[in-house]
Amino acid sequence: MKYIDEYRDPELARLLLAELGRVTTRPWTLMEVCGGQTNTIVRQGIDELLPGGIEMIHGPGCPVCVTPLEVLDRAMAIAATPGTILTSFGDMLRVPGSRTDLLAQRARGADVRIVYSPMDAVTLARDNPDRQVVFLAVGFETTAPANAMAVLHAAALGITNFSVLVSHVLVPPAMTAVLRAPGCRVQGFLAAGHVCAVMGWSEYEPLAEQFRVPIVVTGFEPLDLLEGILMTVRQLEQGRHEVENQYARAVRRDGNTAARAAIRRVFRVTDRAWRGIGTIPDSGLTLTDEFAAFDARRRFDVGRLVVREHPDCVAGDILTGAKTPLDCAAYGTTCTPRTPLGAPMVSAEGTCAAYYTAGRRQEDRHASR
Amino acid sequence: MCLGIPGRVAEIDQEDGLRVGTVDFGGVRKRVCLAYAPEAAVGDYVIVHVGFAISVVDAAEAQRTLAVLRAMGDVLERELGP
Repeated sequence: MKYIDEYRDPELARLLLAELGRVTTRPWTLMEVCGGQTNTIVRQGIDELLPGGIEMIHGPGCPVCVTPLEVLDRAMAIAATPGTILTSFGDMLRVPGSRTDLLAQRARGADVRIVYSPMDAVTLARDNPDRQVVFLAVGFETTAPANAMAVLHAAALGITNFSVLVSHVLVPPAMTAVLRAPGCRVQGFLAAGHVCAVMGWSEYEPLAEQFRVPIVVTGFEPLDLLEGILMTVRQLEQGRHEVENQYARAVRRDGNTAARAAIRRVFRVTDRAWRGIGTIPDSGLTLTDEFAAFDARRRFDVGRLVVREHPDCVAGDILTGAKTPLDCAAYGTTCTPRTPLGAPMVSAEGTCAAYYTAGRRQEDRHASR
Repeated sequence: MCLGIPGRVAEIDQEDGLRVGTVDFGGVRKRVCLAYAPEAAVGDYVIVHVGFAISVVDAAEAQRTLAVLRAMGDVLERELGP
């Protein structure tokens, strides 16, 4: 397909690796923030091809993984309410909550449905006026415009049986939290291309300046990632710390102004809990007062929720790059994509699932370092 | 869910007052909301995320990146050559 195949050319990848080998004079540690990029890096084995001790740390950019347990448990409590249809993206349904997951709840009779787009949930509400349709709205800045439009569209159509359980997270505050964490080893970032397609990159400039860290907006194909790594390493080798854009075919400086306007209209910035990481100030979005009528938290009183993480899951350490899946005793043994203990083993964007799918095993641990 | 995928806009129309289109992803066609891609025309490539086009792919920039990478090969061969 156009604009995919060209960016998977092995010959050009070889050139990029040779150039990277030429410019690298010492080890560097970089973080890719987006789970989609983690998936490409691990599945294509890019991290194992890098020269000169360049290490990739996988960041907290899997939206499924960072959705708090409380939100999942709340979604399950709402799904158990008679007359309710709970909708979300497919990978949310298998994420373990405190006691069960949405897919298991569906098997026991709850009306839980997978949608491709939040707009499908609005259509479902229009077609089922006697039911309450709830959309579990998670994700980063990339998903926020779609969820904003679903709310705006439901409001325009006068649909009153639609609501959203919002748990949006924002990337720049997460990067700040990573950089402020004690013992942070990250020296440069590959910024998530599609987040920047929506938001642009001006938010990253104060970060690059304050922490003296290069940030390169990077795409998702193997050549994008190799070029993003090369651009970051070049900056580090030259002592620069700027925001650069590798993904110019999709990302403009100001992002998508129509999408940003919709986000601003429907959502406001709030503190947000990240699963496995904790609360990060100003790192999430919640509905503005104007659209509070669409807030599923207000519409459904589910009482007090007692949340409980699986004691063997080290998702927090995985999400912050403090550990790799190969450091976890449960990885590949009691925790697999079929029986996940935590979210990073569920989604294709999760580090543990990416490692597992790529066939990485505990015994490879020393070879990969 | 963050994986935006490029596809080619095959048709554009209106649905419930919104600009929508049919986008072709290498043979698989899906209905996509184009409200955030007002400049997208039939034949353009767009990056689609959860049913929304979030960016129109700039063909010139795509080709320019590839040209830079290909040109690097010549430079490398000169640098690393015999």
